[in-house]
Amino acid sequence: MGVLKTLWHKLGSPRWFYDMSRSWSMIFGILAVLLLGAGTLWGLAYAPADYQQGNSFRIMYLHVPTALVAQSSYLMMGIAGVVLLVWRMKLADVLAAAIVPIGFSMTLIALFTGAIWGKPTWGTWWVWDARTTSMLVLLFLFIGVGALRDAITNLETAGRACAVLAIVGMINIPIIKYSVDWWLTLHQTSSFSLVEAPTMPSSMWAPLLLNVLGMYCFLGAVLTSAVRTGILKREQNTAWVNEVVEQELA
Amino acid sequence: MTRTRRGMHPVRRKRLIIVVFVFSGLALAVALAMQALNENINLFYPPDEIVGGHAPLNTQIRAGGMVKMGSVRRTAEGVDVEFVISDLKNSEFVVTYTGILPDMFREGQGVLATGRLLDDGSFLAVEVLAKHDENYMPPELIDMGKNNDS
Repeated sequence: MGVLKTLWHKLGSPRWFYDMSRSWSMIFGILAVLLLGAGTLWGLAYAPADYQQGNSFRIMYLHVPTALVAQSSYLMMGIAGVVLLVWRMKLADVLAAAIVPIGFSMTLIALFTGAIWGKPTWGTWWVWDARTTSMLVLLFLFIGVGALRDAITNLETAGRACAVLAIVGMINIPIIKYSVDWWLTLHQTSSFSLVEAPTMPSSMWAPLLLNVLGMYCFLGAVLTSAVRTGILKREQNTAWVNEVVEQELA
Repeated sequence: MTRTRRGMHPVRRKRLIIVVFVFSGLALAVALAMQALNENINLFYPPDEIVGGHAPLNTQIRAGGMVKMGSVRRTAEGVDVEFVISDLKNSEFVVTYTGILPDMFREGQGVLATGRLLDDGSFLAVEVLAKHDENYMPPELIDMGKNNDS
């Protein structure tokens, strides 16, 4: 508890985080390249084809990780919103701003790969069922939060407004997750759950697991980098940032 | 020191309570709205609702279920097709369709038809989509399963 509390207080200092996270992007980036490289090669070249879908199912090695990371990104943005509103932590606002383009991209890729998967299997690029529609809402939420931040010039007001919208939008996350269970959809239900065995052999889910972990590492790498840039921009008038910049330029 | 021992700062606790309260209220409102819209969020009518007369007649709707084994009949020209959608329990109805079926259309697999429910209880489809489930399997494993069954 004591360690967590100290960490919580230290997170209040963007400078502390900036110094801490110096090598994170590199570490996450290397892990992401290794995991995504291995998982993608394994999934696309060596995993067996599906008995019904043939090779079409292989797009899930991109579709599932991006969809998961998209939702996790939104969740992180919502939690950062709570932290900003309650604790007024500056770092939370920097993170919330930094994650928007990443989450947007992941959602877009998930929708795009879903369409590519849908055409040969379902017979259509798009259908307005609960899963696809709620995922489209997620895309609009990312656009909305991004636009809201750009529309308000005052940093503090922008941060709080975005936090409120992000928190309100969090209601969409359980809807996406459970849409395939609550309603009749064309989208299949989840192949994985914490309590049951996966509905595919390990030769198919192992590469997917690698790609999911790899995509989270990619998120870690890009997000760390974006947060660090955000900190420098936000704190540009402070002495420590000037020191950092001078050191980098020297 | 007493403040740290008691936990959160009162101002922050108040803010947290407001956030939790507002979010809970919103979640409740959304849950109620979705409860009310439940029927409309479902993408299609399952076979028991089609057979039970809960689906509107002669208007464009979607119906879905499993293609009954051995029920697919094609005409000589090969574009007119007739099959039975079933819920694998006791509800089933006949679908007639003219057009190209998706590659994944198979007997014993899920299907989603858009079209009109006619007065005679049959379904005239204008579009047929294949629904696949969450199970993935290499073909060899399926063959092994079949051998074990026989």
